[in-house]
Amino acid sequence: MHKSWWKILGVLLLVYTFVVGLLIEVPHNEQLAETIRNLFFHVCMWFGMMILFIISFIQAIKYLRTGKHVHDIASRQYAGVGILFGLLGYMTGAIWMSYTWLDSNKSFYESFDSIAREPKLIGAAIALLVYAAYLVLRDSITDMDKKARISSVYNIFAFAMLFPSIWIIPRLLPSLHPGGSEGNPALNFKDASMNMRLVFYPAIAGWTLIGVWIATLKIRLKILNDQKLMQ
Amino acid sequence: MKKGFSIAAFMFLTLFANAKGEIDDVMKANGKIYVVIAVMLTILAGLILYLVRLDRKISKLEKNK
Repeated sequence: MHKSWWKILGVLLLVYTFVVGLLIEVPHNEQLAETIRNLFFHVCMWFGMMILFIISFIQAIKYLRTGKHVHDIASRQYAGVGILFGLLGYMTGAIWMSYTWLDSNKSFYESFDSIAREPKLIGAAIALLVYAAYLVLRDSITDMDKKARISSVYNIFAFAMLFPSIWIIPRLLPSLHPGGSEGNPALNFKDASMNMRLVFYPAIAGWTLIGVWIATLKIRLKILNDQKLMQ
Repeated sequence: MKKGFSIAAFMFLTLFANAKGEIDDVMKANGKIYVVIAVMLTILAGLILYLVRLDRKISKLEKNK
């Protein structure tokens, strides 16, 4: 394995997250109870997704500046792993909300009705669909250079769409989801206790490093595949 | 590689058999939360092992070029 120190670091950070994240004292909140520990897993998926999308965006710009296909491949694979993280974030969020947001006095459908209107969920869905369209767009163009150029330009647009759909509009609207009008949901120092932050930040780094590792594997595989096709 | 895996699994099992008493004490403390940790770490280890092997395989392919 080449350049493996950061892979080992990522694994160690995740082991730390899994062990300390379950054992550390957390603030008591009646509605959340122990599920507050999901901060180290669910929220980190979204964080990892954003960082992977930022890398994908940078690689797209690099491709447009240099015209080297390696950057295009990298851009595509980082976006792919970013989407995977986003889907995992969605799934874990669905489990989490089933036990914290659903109102037991109302029927499931009535309760779900209000949850389906959550601006954070809609915004995240829009962002993921915009990136899903990136994959569709890529596969619909057969010419290698055209594919790379058009999808790189689209990638920049998709990244720009993250600003309104995730970072701005959901924070302007009232929501059950934490992290609204009071500012940044994850980096706000008033939101999470010191103990939580002790695990939360290493957890973000650990999950992101694993995401980057998976993406680099896919990039190397794609490069090998392309070389084989050239021969 | 397969041989290595079965040896590792065997060592793991014997380790558990020998230290079962002490491990049981730890595992049953604190509302059995350590059981959850053990399960999660096992899954994590499995996934990481998968990634490491994939990484090695790709490295090998890159060297053959």
